[in-house]
Amino acid sequence: MSEPSQPRTPPAPGDGRGAALPSLLHRAMRWETGLALVVVAIALFGVAVSPQFLTPSNLFNLGVTSGEVAIMALPMTLIIISGEIDLSVASTLGMSSALLGYLWARHWPMLAIFVMVVLLGAAAGLFNGVMVTRVGLPSLAVTIGTLALYRGIALIILGSNTISNFPAPYSTIGVLGVANTDLPWNVAIFAALAVIFGVVLHATPTGRSIYAMGASPGAALYAGIRVKRIKLLLFVTSGVVCALAGVLWTFRLSTAVQNNGIGLELTVVAIVLLAGVSIFGGKGSIIGVVLAVLAFAGLQDALLLTNFNQEATGIVTGGLLLISVFVPTAGSAVARSREWFRARGRRAPSVIGAGHE
Amino acid sequence: MGADGAAGTGQSGHSGPASSSEPGSSGAGAAPPGPGSPAGPGTPRGPVQPVSQDPAGPLLSLVHAAKSFGAVHAVVDASIDIYGGEAHALVGENGAGKSTVVKMLAGVYQPDAGELLIQGRPAVLAGPAAAQAAGIAVIYQEPTLFPDLTVAENIFMGRQPLLAARRIDRRLMRTEAAALFERLGVHLDPARISRGLSIADQQIVEIAKALSLEARVIVMDEPTAALSAAEVARLFDVVRALRASGAAVLFISHRLEEVFEICQRVTVMRDGRQVLASELAGLTADDLVRAMVGREMPQRTAGERSQPGDEVLRVERLTREGVFTDISLHVRAGEIVALAGLVGSGRSEVARAIFGIDRYAAGTVTVRGKELRRASPAAAMTAGIGYVPEDRRQQGLVMDMSIQQNVALASLARLRQGGFIRSAAERAFATDWAQRLRLKYGRLTDPVSMLSGGNQQKVVLAKWLGRRPALLIVDEPTRGIDIATKADVHELLVRLAGDGVAILMISSELPEVLHMGDRILVMREGRLTAEYSQADASEEKIMSAATGQLERAG
Amino acid sequence: MRATVATPDETTRKPPRVSSRRLTERVFRIRESGIIVVLVLFVAVTVSIQPRFASQQELHFILANTTVFALLALGQTMVVVSRNVDLSVGSVVGLSAYLSASLFGKVHGIPIVVVFLVGLAIGLAVGVANGLMVAIGRVPSLVVTLATLYIVRGIDILIVGGNEVVAQTLPNAFIQIPRAGVYGVPYLAIAVAVVVGLGAYYLRSYRSGRELYAIGSNPEAARLAGIHVGRRVFTAFTVSGAIAGVAGVLWAAQYQTVDSNAGTGYELTVIASVVVGGVAIFGGSGSAVGAAIGALLLQTINSALYVLGISPFWDQAIAGLLLLVAITLDRVISLRLSAALRRRSSGVGT
Repeated sequence: MSEPSQPRTPPAPGDGRGAALPSLLHRAMRWETGLALVVVAIALFGVAVSPQFLTPSNLFNLGVTSGEVAIMALPMTLIIISGEIDLSVASTLGMSSALLGYLWARHWPMLAIFVMVVLLGAAAGLFNGVMVTRVGLPSLAVTIGTLALYRGIALIILGSNTISNFPAPYSTIGVLGVANTDLPWNVAIFAALAVIFGVVLHATPTGRSIYAMGASPGAALYAGIRVKRIKLLLFVTSGVVCALAGVLWTFRLSTAVQNNGIGLELTVVAIVLLAGVSIFGGKGSIIGVVLAVLAFAGLQDALLLTNFNQEATGIVTGGLLLISVFVPTAGSAVARSREWFRARGRRAPSVIGAGHE
Repeated sequence: MGADGAAGTGQSGHSGPASSSEPGSSGAGAAPPGPGSPAGPGTPRGPVQPVSQDPAGPLLSLVHAAKSFGAVHAVVDASIDIYGGEAHALVGENGAGKSTVVKMLAGVYQPDAGELLIQGRPAVLAGPAAAQAAGIAVIYQEPTLFPDLTVAENIFMGRQPLLAARRIDRRLMRTEAAALFERLGVHLDPARISRGLSIADQQIVEIAKALSLEARVIVMDEPTAALSAAEVARLFDVVRALRASGAAVLFISHRLEEVFEICQRVTVMRDGRQVLASELAGLTADDLVRAMVGREMPQRTAGERSQPGDEVLRVERLTREGVFTDISLHVRAGEIVALAGLVGSGRSEVARAIFGIDRYAAGTVTVRGKELRRASPAAAMTAGIGYVPEDRRQQGLVMDMSIQQNVALASLARLRQGGFIRSAAERAFATDWAQRLRLKYGRLTDPVSMLSGGNQQKVVLAKWLGRRPALLIVDEPTRGIDIATKADVHELLVRLAGDGVAILMISSELPEVLHMGDRILVMREGRLTAEYSQADASEEKIMSAATGQLERAG
Repeated sequence: MRATVATPDETTRKPPRVSSRRLTERVFRIRESGIIVVLVLFVAVTVSIQPRFASQQELHFILANTTVFALLALGQTMVVVSRNVDLSVGSVVGLSAYLSASLFGKVHGIPIVVVFLVGLAIGLAVGVANGLMVAIGRVPSLVVTLATLYIVRGIDILIVGGNEVVAQTLPNAFIQIPRAGVYGVPYLAIAVAVVVGLGAYYLRSYRSGRELYAIGSNPEAARLAGIHVGRRVFTAFTVSGAIAGVAGVLWAAQYQTVDSNAGTGYELTVIASVVVGGVAIFGGSGSAVGAAIGALLLQTINSALYVLGISPFWDQAIAGLLLLVAITLDRVISLRLSAALRRRSSGVGT
């Protein structure tokens, strides 16, 4: 092939498009700005619905309820940016919750239980990672399988039992904040993790590599980036973080039961997509994730205060999700339909040679 | 889509000349049966008529066409006349505008100026489907088939023959596919899945598809690039069969000896213009080269190079089954070793194996005296190897990222302090290299997709040069680049060699190979077949070694 | 007379590569019969341990349960072969089950056919919405159907509230639909098998069906080949939705008590069935029949575990494991197959 195959569209200086087309950073900022506005709008909505919306106690509840989902969204973000997906997150949460209950019922010391749970999460993530990087299977298919497998293991571990006799200080995680302040443990942990993940993603070579491998797997490989190793690490991290989320969830509800967290994976994916992370990989930011978490949590809570059927808030999540994907593609869809109409208008040229239909 | 449609069109006035020099070409007679038969019954298949005297005029023409993309003028003034029954060569250097011409003929682009004529009448091809409907088919170098479907289905997708109730008639589909292959003189099983077909076979399937679409003009873009000698021979038989049926073949190639073997007329392009259009009889390869290049090829002055230093790269008996065998070579500091050969001879594969992208089964790679671990690009980079890949867009650059980020991509560890990327350092690094390479850009934070091909290549080079490699492997360094930047890149490589960098350069452009290489190695079908010093080498020698004519002759 | 061509030398001409075709056919037949073998083995082992399993009652139960999933598998196959996914089917089943079944209580004497049509219409509406968004909006189907999964489930919850449809309100004729049968085979299962067969036949022998495969095999080539990608994908989602709507009505007939949880999680079971049944997750190959057999296998495992006294909690784990084994095997087989095909590939001497 002698020449590049795509038409290039570099705007020459002064051709009207301007030399300052938005860079990746600018494009990202536009999404986050819009999202920030959404958060503000939701806050206003909340206040309109109930004057208690912005009170510390309500915010506390808001944080507590959405904490685990928020925490799980962080490694999910990195995984999706790298071009993969992990649908087994909620099942890992359930599995770790089940193990926690099981071991506690057998009077293991809590510290040992934590270690075991973390190991379990790491193993779960490792399995996912190996299947994707070594066996070469698509992560969508693998994690649909481990979603079922890990949930099944949770069921096997705990059966139909329910363990609820967790001691303070663990059992008060849902009620008392850090050091008796108004900051829930969930939120504190989320904030700490968000900073860590944010720094890794945005300021370290590993983070840059994650963007590269999602945006262009070939170029990442040819630049010597250890794609497989990083992806494996991401899956393991996801497993560990979800195991942690499982512990928090269990303590918050003071209950270990097999269906803990069922269905949460889709909520996590929805939040990440809402954050402006592209499902195709290569784009997104932690700031967006934080904003999306705020939007989602705020909306859930506001709706709760309106006595909107809590379980039906999915409508709103789904709607937000759709809006978040259609807004960017709306522009190109309009352009495409215009192109389609224009092409239709041209007459077909005369035919060379033998008859055609 | 029956053959009877031919009667009413200009086809009847068209004498459908058979190939001029073929012994045994069929005389007038009944039209060949089977689908997609281009000529209706009764259309005379007369004996040879020199194509240029064809009273019906060309099937397809471009007249003073021009096409630009932003500031890049890909085609300035191109004209080409393609007559039925001929194989017409379109030649020119990389960047001369051939691909753009092809895309205009294929309906992918519409000319900004000038006209497209179909059988003498102006036409506008709104898209590839329109071109297809007009009887123009393009076989690209990378065939696009459906790997999960059978060969027959690939040919007839969307037009499968039907039984009652609009059910697909699979048997008829297979039979018709087999008939197409028979017409082309090849043997492929229509019922096999197309996954796993060699590039050569995939091309045949594409040609069969074009035939089934009753294409009258079949454009082949560098079709022999990935083929073995036997496959090329088979392809040429196919081309002759196509010509004999009255279709026209537009043959784009760099390989002049092939052009002379199979084509009757040639159009030469240079810098976006048509500079020569003539019968091939009476021309020599030199004439073509002179038209393509427009100048005498500059001879490199011996004084430009310093003496090569110590050995940097040593490859011993590198083998990868089915891809390359027993490759041994060495490159010294300050030396430019050019690796020539036809596309598909295994050069890029060898380079990838050295760099660790691909595995190899046997042999060793030693860099600066230390054996290099295989299959690890990271290890290769640590050992001091840089690799500028063939495919800029998929392998050389992350198109979505900025210039700055791309330049820094291979040096992230060095720009790191305490675990974080220092953005000031990154910016300085990128600015420094952008200046050194005379990169033309708006801002460093612009996405790299905004740059021209030549500047994109400079970004890729900057990325690797920033690591100060001991060995730089460049695969097709000036492919798809404008002439000016090409000169820049060449100058840069020579300067690097002067600074002591060892350079292994893979190139399919003979002038580049001859101009740049201190030593020239030639590969053919996975083996090294020749080595020449800069003084000894010539285009003929390299081409002979690349195509195996040397062996045939000897 | 054909235009003659200079004969290539004998050495370059080889006999047609029938062996390559036979190889691939053999492999694909292995794939589809593979699950049948697993199914048979599983049943055999279960029966040997617990002869009770080999009863007409058990067979009927399994087949009746499978009908819903087999139908969903048909719709999902159409979507998946085109390299898409429809995650909304579970929610559609739930909504359709409730709305259609509650009609019996609200409109006395409503003909059963009408109820089915209502279910169909509900599914169709969701399918059309999905199809429009994926085909025109060019938004990845994973995202779109994830959203509609939520939205439809939310609507279902809102409508259902805390209510449920109770068995008593359903007319006997309706309840009998999955129950009537002969020798342990429900008539409904036969009907569904026929429908699945027809669907598979359509996918195999009709142009628009083949185009779905083409779209999944190489979307770019499909566009270049002039296939109306948008139209085909739209149709696939519409059909998937419509089928899910009908499946919802059948669900109500089978389980009779319908609350807001009906159908939860079905989408993943269906995808697992489809993948186990040999449909490639990224499209281009696979058959609806295989997918239905995959559904049958999963349901059989469910029942077998119950009969064997193994805790039903192993269900999920086994389903997940099965899926993982299936895709791993597929990958290994396809790698070996491409290598073998490459080696035999060209008929011209290399």
